[in-house]
Amino acid sequence: MSVRLYRIDDRLIHGQVVVGWGQPLDIEFIVLVDDNVASSDWEQDLYRMGIPPEMEILFADVASAARDHERYVGDPRPGIVVTGDIATMDRLVCATGTIASVNVGGLHYRAGRSQKSRYVFLTPGEERELRDLASRGVKVTAQDVPAARQVPIEEVLGDAPPDRRGA
Amino acid sequence: MTSSSDGKEHSAAGEVRAIVVGHGSYPEGMIDAVDRITGRGHLLVGISNRDLSAGEIETRLRECTATTGVKVFFSDLPAGSATLAVRRLLRDHTDCVLVTGANLAALLDFVFQPPMSAVDAAHHAAEKGRLAVIVNGGAW
Repeated sequence: MSVRLYRIDDRLIHGQVVVGWGQPLDIEFIVLVDDNVASSDWEQDLYRMGIPPEMEILFADVASAARDHERYVGDPRPGIVVTGDIATMDRLVCATGTIASVNVGGLHYRAGRSQKSRYVFLTPGEERELRDLASRGVKVTAQDVPAARQVPIEEVLGDAPPDRRGA
Repeated sequence: MTSSSDGKEHSAAGEVRAIVVGHGSYPEGMIDAVDRITGRGHLLVGISNRDLSAGEIETRLRECTATTGVKVFFSDLPAGSATLAVRRLLRDHTDCVLVTGANLAALLDFVFQPPMSAVDAAHHAAEKGRLAVIVNGGAW
């Protein structure tokens, strides 16, 4: 499987994704799945500027990402699929039916969200969305960078006691 | 003028000439270094992206730009979220300029420049920064 990471990150393309994960995983392509970005040439140019020349960036709305998902998975190059919110990833999970694990990489502070960890802030609705995602059999963990501990989403949401190892 | 570790900028009003944005303590550290070398750290204000969403970074940048009237931005990483936020701002502030990959040499050059256009100042500083990246030693 060449998609090494399915990531939810409200910053979409940024240092942690391109460098933090991109280098250790030898990432050669990133699929940015976002309905708004997919329909805006200006937004695509903006994100393209942040990608090093050796890396390809693909833009897709959820429908086309679901349609092309097998192609991403079959691509011999290692890749990352990133969405900016939980709902978009959930739609992709439902549409493909083959995504086994999802990484919550960064959902930062904004009005209405409460802090769950250093880099995960959620509204009550987003908490429900994450539980729904996990209830579909998807392994959902929080981890901002590869060197950090993978935190089970139940722990992030306070449904399970924290694992103190390396937390 | 310094940046804080909580991502909030601290501005002492007046003669701010550029905003330094980036990851973690990068803005704070760079401005501190500029100040220790030149005593001109007050010409810079820092904004860290630490713990902020893309939208919140952009909001703080726009607020700081409106408050200071600054037209020059320095950032650390071309792919960073702070850099992307500045690029969004540049869309409707076409007289502003951004220097990515900024290092201490670039900032030092900038704070010593006499008044000139933002574009000229940014290009001059960027060139100084490029020239400061040198590899010494090693058999390569």
